[in-house]
Amino acid sequence: MIEQWIAVNFSPELAKQIIELAVDLANAFGETFLMVSISTLFAIVGGLPLGFLLHVTSRKLFWNNRLANVTGNFLVNVLRSIPFVILLVLLLPLTQWVLGTTIGPTAAAVPLSVAAIAFYARLVESSLCEVDPGVVEAAEAFGTSPLRIIATVLFPEALPGFLRGLMVTLISLIGYSAMAGIVGGGGIGDLAIRFGYYRYQTNVMVVTVVVLVVLVQLVQSLGDRLASRADKKDV
Amino acid sequence: MIQLENIRVDFAVRGQSVQAVDNVSLSIARGEVFGIVGASGAGKSTLLRVINLLERPGAGRVRVAGEDITDLRGGELRRARQKIGMIFQHFNLMQNRTVYDNAAYALRVAGKSKAEIARRVPEILRLVGLEDKAQAYPAQLSGGQKQRVGIARAVANHPEVLLCDEPTSALDLETSAAILDLLKEINARLGITIVLISHEMAVIKKICTRVAVMDGGHVVEQGEAYDIFATPQHPFTRQLVEHTLNLELPPHLVDDRQGTILKLLFLGDQAEEGVLSTASIRHGVAINILHGKIEYIGHRAVGLLVVLLTDSPDAPTGLPFPLRLQAALSYIGTQASHVEVLHD
Repeated sequence: MIEQWIAVNFSPELAKQIIELAVDLANAFGETFLMVSISTLFAIVGGLPLGFLLHVTSRKLFWNNRLANVTGNFLVNVLRSIPFVILLVLLLPLTQWVLGTTIGPTAAAVPLSVAAIAFYARLVESSLCEVDPGVVEAAEAFGTSPLRIIATVLFPEALPGFLRGLMVTLISLIGYSAMAGIVGGGGIGDLAIRFGYYRYQTNVMVVTVVVLVVLVQLVQSLGDRLASRADKKDV
Repeated sequence: MIQLENIRVDFAVRGQSVQAVDNVSLSIARGEVFGIVGASGAGKSTLLRVINLLERPGAGRVRVAGEDITDLRGGELRRARQKIGMIFQHFNLMQNRTVYDNAAYALRVAGKSKAEIARRVPEILRLVGLEDKAQAYPAQLSGGQKQRVGIARAVANHPEVLLCDEPTSALDLETSAAILDLLKEINARLGITIVLISHEMAVIKKICTRVAVMDGGHVVEQGEAYDIFATPQHPFTRQLVEHTLNLELPPHLVDDRQGTILKLLFLGDQAEEGVLSTASIRHGVAINILHGKIEYIGHRAVGLLVVLLTDSPDAPTGLPFPLRLQAALSYIGTQASHVEVLHD
């Protein structure tokens, strides 16, 4: 139906271009969605526990463990200091070992996940630092076990921060995924680079950038809504 | 109920060891409201945290309800702590939980059944006067209401001891008084032993039966609240009490005086007016009251008067003024509990 509408309203040449771009965009969107959702999933599964580990092994908290803390921090800092393009190449052997291939969106999702875990772990840790130590002390005073403090005090009190951090991570991952083109990952950002930059098709670049802006806005407003629903600090 | 024996707590501050609590021993009886008063940094907060081992002492023993808990760890320590409630200066409520969930916290930690929690929480919220706020979040409450939630949470699991860490320091005067009344009521109705720390003698005076005064990590004085207040021994205690009584005289009264200014202390039922008028008539001195107040600690009164003794124009005897003054002073001295010459 849309194709008919386009064929009626535009010259055959332009109509062909528009339909091609639409197909490309749809494919790219699918690839971005795949890469970002896999790596976001890993950010939660891996980054959340790592962030907790960094926090509860620090300071005077209940599992004060310098070795675990220093090791965790070092690992996170190293991963965070490597530019993503380099990480993408550095982790090729890991990708090969995990998936048996180094090409395609799933392959790009491996380095993306590694970066996401380190990124999100740091955000989780800083959200946990925002939790009033007095509340943790109160829980300890009532005889709460460490695991229970994590589940019933730290997690719910830091949840709004976790959600905000997750959205920041998601948006960074959408940005990172543009570099996935290097390993044939595709995605919206890659589309913008290939057509808009290398082929000087400015209109393609503008369209993809608009799509990205809309996407980021949507993600951010969804995140803000979720976070403020979880946050009861100023109701 | 609580015995602290030779407690010592050291902190490492920038590589240096600082003794926050130095060889402190206290014994607190069942059902008492025991106050620990001192300036900030005196170690009172640390000492309070030793009682539930939030702060582990470097030396000494802690006994609560007859059990030596000093060496308990892990699950055993947690079970012991479930019998010790605690409230805080800044309330320390969970912001993302309702009043109901905050009040239920200690019960859930202690593994009480759903049915028991559903029965106990409304009961305890009624006790603190917040039954209509069960579904509110802490951010929707006033400071006094937050502290009430703190109290509900602390006493929900029927503790034997309630530790209060500066419970009214973040509240205005009126709210403070209401919170202290509530604590008093809880002490009387539930028989919970209360240990309260404060830097304000006024708080101690209002609620405590016994007091320990801390300064520089030591307990410098302890005893009945009435005695500490009426006859403080240690200079630091005296300073604290004087601060609370606020018997300052305006400078011009002191500078322009033409006689002797005395501070008189009357304890219990001693009749103040009678003493002064008798002294005036019998010894021919004029007595002006410059300042005075009666403080009630528990049900007992402490009367304080600042008076100016001058020569009376119609003195009955021919004796010179200094001699009459001397006689008046010694007469007052036999009648009042304590006489202090402030300005000659």
